[in-house]
Amino acid sequence: MAAGEWVRGGGDRVAGVPDSVLVANRGEIARRVIRTARRLGVRAIAVYSEADADLPYVKEADESVLIGPAAAKDSYLNVPNILAAAKQTRAHSIHPGYGFLAESADFAQQVIDAGLTWIGPPPQAIDQMGDKIRARNLMAKAGVPVAAGTQDPVQDVQEALQKAEAIGYPVMIKAAAGGGGIGMSVAADPDQLRKGFETARTRAERFFSSPAILLERYISSARHVEIQILGLADGQVIALGERDCSVQRRHQKVAEETPSPGVSPELRSRMFEAARKAGEAVNYAGAGTVECLVDTQTGDFVFLEMNTRLQVEHPVTEMVTGIDLVEQQLLIADGLAANIPAQSFQPNGCALELRVYAEDPVRFLPSPGTITQWDEPAGPGVRVDAGYAAGNVVTPYYDPLLAKLVIHGATRDEALERARQAVAGFTITGLKTNLPFHADLLNSSQFGSGDYDTSVVSHLRP
Amino acid sequence: MAEIRAEMVANVWKVVAVEGDAVADGDTLVILESMKMEIPVLAESSGKLTRLAVAEGDVIQEGDLIAVIE
Repeated sequence: MAAGEWVRGGGDRVAGVPDSVLVANRGEIARRVIRTARRLGVRAIAVYSEADADLPYVKEADESVLIGPAAAKDSYLNVPNILAAAKQTRAHSIHPGYGFLAESADFAQQVIDAGLTWIGPPPQAIDQMGDKIRARNLMAKAGVPVAAGTQDPVQDVQEALQKAEAIGYPVMIKAAAGGGGIGMSVAADPDQLRKGFETARTRAERFFSSPAILLERYISSARHVEIQILGLADGQVIALGERDCSVQRRHQKVAEETPSPGVSPELRSRMFEAARKAGEAVNYAGAGTVECLVDTQTGDFVFLEMNTRLQVEHPVTEMVTGIDLVEQQLLIADGLAANIPAQSFQPNGCALELRVYAEDPVRFLPSPGTITQWDEPAGPGVRVDAGYAAGNVVTPYYDPLLAKLVIHGATRDEALERARQAVAGFTITGLKTNLPFHADLLNSSQFGSGDYDTSVVSHLRP
Repeated sequence: MAEIRAEMVANVWKVVAVEGDAVADGDTLVILESMKMEIPVLAESSGKLTRLAVAEGDVIQEGDLIAVIE
């Protein structure tokens, strides 16, 4: 697929996909889903908060509905208002994007109960994977490798100290209902565990309304590698390739690439097999991602969690397989066979994604503001999934993702060189962005060599 | 006297210190939230916290006064 194919829109509707789709999200992902919907001739409906009225996705949709004030709980998390917008616009289906309500089994069920098509996996699968402890136990039963850790929520510090003794330090402290790295910390000894446990509980309660905590053995040098799966309408689960997401700050991804430079063909085939088993264990349908950690010392991998939705970094898989994952989601949601050409299983070349955040490039602190200039790079192998344009205000209410710079090359070196040029050719003024960080990353010998783990950002920004 | 001002637009999530407290360099005074991230505001000197200009739930702009330490 050429990069240019992403901008086609308003075609005749492809037989079998839903007649219309309401995108219950905002920014770059809403725009990206709307783009595919319009290309397939599917009527695209945007919803937006008062803070987002001027964003490109609202203008590019066929219809748009204001669903509430800026605060997410009053708009993008406001289920009654979203369902009312769907009714008002006679939408046939709802695509949740990622974040917000994408992994709410309850929302998925309400969408289905309202007589709409849910563009996502069955609510039961979301529920089974939503709790990390349950998910890990389920995966272990299905024969997927998991990290040593607690099999039930840890109730208090005393129990945490006991369990950590058995697992062995260092341990990772996590919110069972969590995601996005919030509330996660590493404890090297009982003292750090006492501190980290309390912090994790407070945050878990605040962000995920559940104080349940789990402990896992911490792998000191790991790569974060995830497998894209598709559950087909006939029940078969296929693996479409891996993404290396080891470039992280505060446990959140900043850059991703495929194929992973740290995964051998033999390890890849074992990981694909585990990912298929994971999907089949929950009767998975549609696009999902099985996240794993690869221990760089032993070469083994363990299951981390499953994301039951489209992933932020899905474009790198699209760039090397030629598959439009949103198109497949629409087809599968309507019970149709996915339309996957056989050559997809032989990925073509290498792809990188650089997340462009509104944040200072040294301390990574948020930098909301008004965008005065916005000039995107273009060229062979360059795709930009952007949520904003010149004149837009980036508010403090939502995450700092401005755009995803996605680069394809025949080889990793070619992709890196194209990425360097694309970063240099991306001009955003009016607020701080992490583009200078990406320039440093692409020029660093560690990232350049491919021999890096999840500590790569801390080496660049000590 | 040292004034501490906001570096960015943010919501005041938690007020940790109390007006009149003796604070040390590096103590957390207030925790802000912006773009789904918690940002602790720290005392940049030791002294008495003579003024705390924000309350939980406030939306503050870049440059707004947060606290005064004397």
